[in-house]
Amino acid sequence: MPTRRPDDPSFDLEMKRTVTIEVKQLDRVVIRFAGDSGDGMQLTGDRFTAETASFGNDLSTLPNFPAEIRAPAGTLPGVSSFQLHFADHDILTPGDAPDVLIAMNPAALKANLKDVPRGATVIVDTADFTARNLKRIGYDENPLETGELDAYHLIPLNLTGMTVESVKEFGLTRKDASRAKNMYALGLVSWLFQRPVESTITFLQTKFASKPDIRDANIAAFRAGYNFGETAEEFSVRYEVKPAHMATGTYRNISGNLALAYGLVAGAQRAGLPLVLGAYPITPASDVLHELSKLKRFNVTTIQAEDEIAGVGAALGASFGGALGVTTSSGPGISLKSETIGLGVMLELPLVVCDIQRAGPSTGMPTKTEQADLLQVMFGRNGEAPLPVLAAQSPADCFAIAIEAARIAVTYRTPVIVLSDGYLANGSEPWKVPVVEDLPTIEPNFTLEPNATDAKGAPTYLPYLRDPETLARAWAIPGTPNLDHRIGGLEKEDKTGNISYDPANHDLMIRTRQAKVDGIARSIPPIEVDDPDGTANVLVLGWGSTYGPIGAGVRRVRQVGGKIAQAHLRHLNPFPSNLGDVLKSYDKVLVPEMNLGQLAMLLRAKYLVDVVSYAQVRGMPLGAAELAEVIGNLVEETAGIDDDARHLGAAAAAVKHGEALNQELHQSEGAR
Amino acid sequence: MSTVDLGLPSLPGGLKGVPAATEPQNRKEYVSDQEVRWCPGCGDYAVLAAFQGFLPELGIKRENVAMVSGIGCSSRFPYYLSTYGMHSIHGRAPAIATGLAVSRPDLSVWVVTGDGDALSIGGNHLIHTLRRNVNLKILLFNNRIYGLTKGQYSPTSETGKVTKSTPMGSVDNPFNPVSLALGAEATFVARTVDSDRKHLTSVLRAAAEHRGTSFVEIYQNCPIFNDNAFDAFKDPETRDDAIIPLVHGEPIRFGTDGHLGVVRDGFASLAVREVADLPGGEADLVIHDAHTEDPAYAFALSRLTDAGVLHQAPIGIFRSVERPAYDDLVRQQITTSQEAQGTGDLQALVTGADTWTVN
Ligand SMILES: Cc1ncc(C[n+]2csc(CCOP(=O)(O)OP(=O)(O)O)c2C)c(N)n1
Ligand code: SF4
Ligand SMILES: [Mg+2]
Repeated sequence: MPTRRPDDPSFDLEMKRTVTIEVKQLDRVVIRFAGDSGDGMQLTGDRFTAETASFGNDLSTLPNFPAEIRAPAGTLPGVSSFQLHFADHDILTPGDAPDVLIAMNPAALKANLKDVPRGATVIVDTADFTARNLKRIGYDENPLETGELDAYHLIPLNLTGMTVESVKEFGLTRKDASRAKNMYALGLVSWLFQRPVESTITFLQTKFASKPDIRDANIAAFRAGYNFGETAEEFSVRYEVKPAHMATGTYRNISGNLALAYGLVAGAQRAGLPLVLGAYPITPASDVLHELSKLKRFNVTTIQAEDEIAGVGAALGASFGGALGVTTSSGPGISLKSETIGLGVMLELPLVVCDIQRAGPSTGMPTKTEQADLLQVMFGRNGEAPLPVLAAQSPADCFAIAIEAARIAVTYRTPVIVLSDGYLANGSEPWKVPVVEDLPTIEPNFTLEPNATDAKGAPTYLPYLRDPETLARAWAIPGTPNLDHRIGGLEKEDKTGNISYDPANHDLMIRTRQAKVDGIARSIPPIEVDDPDGTANVLVLGWGSTYGPIGAGVRRVRQVGGKIAQAHLRHLNPFPSNLGDVLKSYDKVLVPEMNLGQLAMLLRAKYLVDVVSYAQVRGMPLGAAELAEVIGNLVEETAGIDDDARHLGAAAAAVKHGEALNQELHQSEGAR
Repeated sequence: MSTVDLGLPSLPGGLKGVPAATEPQNRKEYVSDQEVRWCPGCGDYAVLAAFQGFLPELGIKRENVAMVSGIGCSSRFPYYLSTYGMHSIHGRAPAIATGLAVSRPDLSVWVVTGDGDALSIGGNHLIHTLRRNVNLKILLFNNRIYGLTKGQYSPTSETGKVTKSTPMGSVDNPFNPVSLALGAEATFVARTVDSDRKHLTSVLRAAAEHRGTSFVEIYQNCPIFNDNAFDAFKDPETRDDAIIPLVHGEPIRFGTDGHLGVVRDGFASLAVREVADLPGGEADLVIHDAHTEDPAYAFALSRLTDAGVLHQAPIGIFRSVERPAYDDLVRQQITTSQEAQGTGDLQALVTGADTWTVN
């Protein structure tokens, strides 16, 4: 079979191989790169993702790294990994289990093997498999030799040795030379999966432009890895995953934090306001600060404040001056910002507060994901301090949700919380690039003239006079003649905004602020339910980053004949106005969350619907197979099928190509 | 990480960028319709009156004045002025004002704060604002007590202060606000007294004209919870010996008939001496130079303040030096990047460099 790809101009290969290479078609692959924190696994994963995106596959990624910058080399806590799921069809998650594991050292093998199903391919760099290194992580014997990996398709290779050999002409120390081993590994898997490689070479050329030795060594190692696949007898098969069928358009790959940064800029631009970000570095939110700091030309000001309180303070101060004030943080920082957010509720000024959630409580697990800040952002302020809460459902959705947050903040003059999480922040997916002109416009509607007359009949400005439809207050910014006024955290008299301790006025203002937030529901779309033939008795309802895993679980259940409806919330306060009716129209509502049931609690309280909570708080995204099982079981339980007679959950969990939308896509042969 | 040459802009006065008033203004225009609610005899009244009288002099548009305060008796200040104002939360006014000043170069931004507000709960924001040198004017009303919460000791109360929360006397060492500000390398640091309207106004004027953060400590009497704390500076019997007057370019000489003066004393330190005892007489006195770059000089001056009950303290402008203002530099970077790369093409940004097309 002549299968060699002719379109690799950067590879000028000597044809040493005697056997022909077979190409197998796959519909999807989950690959995981794992190594020491210092091995460059995140970079390797990013590059493989970029190659895969430019090839046109659908994809979803899951970086997973320790909080320590460089935990001791070779130890289990120091292992960093990057998982990528790519397919010739629409997929929703980074995949539960890898089909291919690349382990750069013994610790990476040990830490990741438990996730790898039997039969999967395991490529191991053998260079570090010394007795001492093995002992350090609790291996008494070399697992590559004991036969304990027989159930896997094990490919042991001295990647480090081959890397050093391939770059010897550059005269680097062995240590420096071996640092290119991640590029060697990337070259090899790029060959294995027929990835286009030009972008990686260009990337290396730019990244190391100022260090020619390192640049050349990395490129040489990358090519050598690719060539090794071409020539080595270990590899008689290459795999092909065809581009996915996606709607026509221009696509790019994007991570959640980048999408959020771009969405904030887009929101400010569509409102015609300068953007002022006040932020204090914190994982996993810092990248939003980094990205926005690069965008000064868009009239973006970034203030790295002395702490989170100052960050939100600066943002609110800028909003007072007529900018779109934004602050970005994670749970611990949001706690610090609470008092200022409450001030924003009282002042009724626009403010966008992004909480990129991480595992808590307290410092928790900074690099791990969680959804446990929902109740904090809903209620974590003194007094009755309602504010809108939104949640992005996928990395790319962070863009749209940021614009929606800007719309609500500016239109209703209110702080708005945007919830993302570590999984969305660092994960990425292909994104159909929006046409900027089609994005919604946002109208700040500044007050420029007196809006009332006083007792003496003179024109005057009442800062708390409200729009009857939105209940948004009049917003005049400093510099506007004759509209000077004073606002503050003390309770205000209706309309005038003057300090008031009047009991009835306080009650009125409390109810008005609540009604304003509740009324936002009139401006948001009703929740859509995906219930293909309308006969499901069970609804799965999620919010935030569980969208992908829930969708993947639902697809599995449907593939084995289960009837299940799915809906997802992007607006958590206020809820879409039809939510109560939707909940009541199903026999059971399942709410999976990465917390102990926080949305479930809100739904029970508001709608008196006894939702079923599925709560897992492991710092990792929920698994598709696990959700398929839970959903399947609940569907049968609801149908009155006894415990021991149930099979739907198990069958759904076992579905192999669970994320394909229809069976035709699975005609191609699997990896094994 | 490397550092870069910031291409520093020239150093304009504190009001540069703020539109000038087209008509002369008077004091009444700056008085709001809100009833003032401080206790009778409170020093805040005098400061308010001086401030209302001083604002028209600045010659800027009234709508371009913005007052931001924290929480405390003194922080009610903005309500009584017919300018834009925000009465914010405890300790956070400098942070909020930073966001406002950075995004609005056309405003004259003032922060009103108390000794508890600025130095206790808000200490962090204060030092960072001073270090950055944001173009805003901070008025710290120091009554050496928590007024609004009814009389607990504050970070400026003298050790041993008996209050409701310290029935056996406070045991902590107080801050000297001027020393603290100078430690943070503030570029404009002054001290004045609520009851001396003329001096207060002259300091406010200098503060307004300074580009960068102006820090003004105002000795303010709280007749309810800490009465007479500053009597040494007000009583005609004692004030001449109590006030060490700082006048730029003049020898620091004071006391009845000028019998006292400030001289250099050991390593980086200053002392008060009888002029008559000095070998060179007045020639031995320190000539006050507020423009001294090294903050050590102004710091040494600040140490002439009594730490306990106040009997003597320098009053006036300790330091006034030029350093680029944070907000100017932040805006400059925006301008520079726009000059280099244009004003930002959103479509190009979201599209990025690595795209593929599905037909
Ligand atoms: C977060 C918070 N903590 C405590 C308070 C209570 N509080 C209000 S004013 C104040 C102290 C004010 O002292 P100071 O700043 O010296 O102002 P003064 O009243 O003396 O002018 C305190 C503790 C508050 N309002 N907010
Ligand atoms: S308590 Fe003291 S500081 Fe507060 S208003 Fe009364 S006199 Fe003034
Ligand atoms: Mg006080």
